[in-house]
This record gives sequence, C-alpha cells and structure tokens, in this order.
Amino acid sequence: MDEPINLVLFSGTDDKLQAAAVLAAGAAALGRPVNVFLQYWALDAFRADRIGRDHGLAPEAGEAGRRAVDALAKAGQASWAETFRQAKELGSVDIQACSLSMDLLGIEESDLDPVVDGVEGVTAFYLSAGEGNIVFI
Amino acid sequence: MATDAKQIAQVVDAKGLSCPMPIVKTAQAVKMVAPGELIEVLATDPGSTKDFVAWAKTTGNELVEQTVDAGVYRFVIRRK
Repeated sequence: MDEPINLVLFSGTDDKLQAAAVLAAGAAALGRPVNVFLQYWALDAFRADRIGRDHGLAPEAGEAGRRAVDALAKAGQASWAETFRQAKELGSVDIQACSLSMDLLGIEESDLDPVVDGVEGVTAFYLSAGEGNIVFI
Repeated sequence: MATDAKQIAQVVDAKGLSCPMPIVKTAQAVKMVAPGELIEVLATDPGSTKDFVAWAKTTGNELVEQTVDAGVYRFVIRRK
C-alpha cells in the first residue's frame, strides 16, 4: 500500500473536482501518498481568483443533479478546495500544475492558489507516480 | 460491552459530515492521542460502517466497538 495513488485532473467542473478531492482525502486518511497533476480546465479552476467560484457541473448532471449537489453543499459538505486542503494537512498530498497547461492558459505560478505545490512536466509526474495507479478525472 | 466514557481520550463528532470527512477527522484525531488511547467517533454517513472497518484494517488502528443507534454510527478506535 506504499505506492502512491495518482490523480490526473482534467475536468474543471465542481462535481468532478469534488469526486477527485474525496479520492485524495480518503487515500491520505489511509496513509497513502497522493500525487495530483492538474491539466487544462482543472488547472484553471485552481487559479487563486477562481478557486472559490461556481465552476458548474458535468453535462450529465442536468437540473436534478444540480439540485442534488446544491442540497449536499447546503447540508454542510466541504467544498472540493477545502477537502484538498484538509487532505494535505492530513497526509502526503502533492498537487502539481502541468507546465503545458500553464502555457495554454497563459498563467504564472503566482496566479495559482497556495494549495498547489508547484509546476512540473509530465515526465516528473510519471517519476513521482512510480508504480502506483493513475486515475484520469 | 460498552466502553466507559472515562476511558475515551477524544471524541470526534462527525455527524452530518459526508464522506470522506468522518474518516479524515478521525485520522487527524488519531495523531493527537497517544498509542493505546481510545477515540470515539459519531457519524451519520451510511458509508462509514464499511469505511471504518477498511480504515482500521489498512492503518493498523483497532476498531474496538461499532454500534448504531437512531441513525448515528458510533465507533471506538484504539490508536496503534
């Protein structure tokens, strides 16, 4: 169980980010290292000035899904950003921005929320991932 | 056999919190007590029954008690 769990986040909607945050926090609670690699629209959602915004839901959510997600949030569910912060406090959770996606979005490391640990390329990500599973969300 | 409340070193009230927060709060609390001490966790997340068994098995902490009363799950954990 010492191999890390590796999450590649591509989608930037709140539901997918929430699902990813739950996976990261659960692994951290088990004492498993977690590597998170942020690409494309997921990276955009981690911008310091956007992390707290409404990022919408995946198309399949529909109106009923929207209501269900809102009800859970209203009942006190921690936001995905807060869940990632707690996961980091708890265990070894390293969140890296994909350098190519940084170029794509035209942003600098200083534009990112402090929950992001740094910027790296895909090769560095694979090195950290080692033999652990890679999950693409 | 119910655990004497006096033996509990820390209580984690995770009622109303959704997965994985009951486990996250418990994992945080375990770090705050000494090995051998007991933690009581109260949760309402229905997934917590299986989650606490899995978490204890993986981390080596002991699940001493597991009960449910009126929709509130209660777990007593002994730190490894």
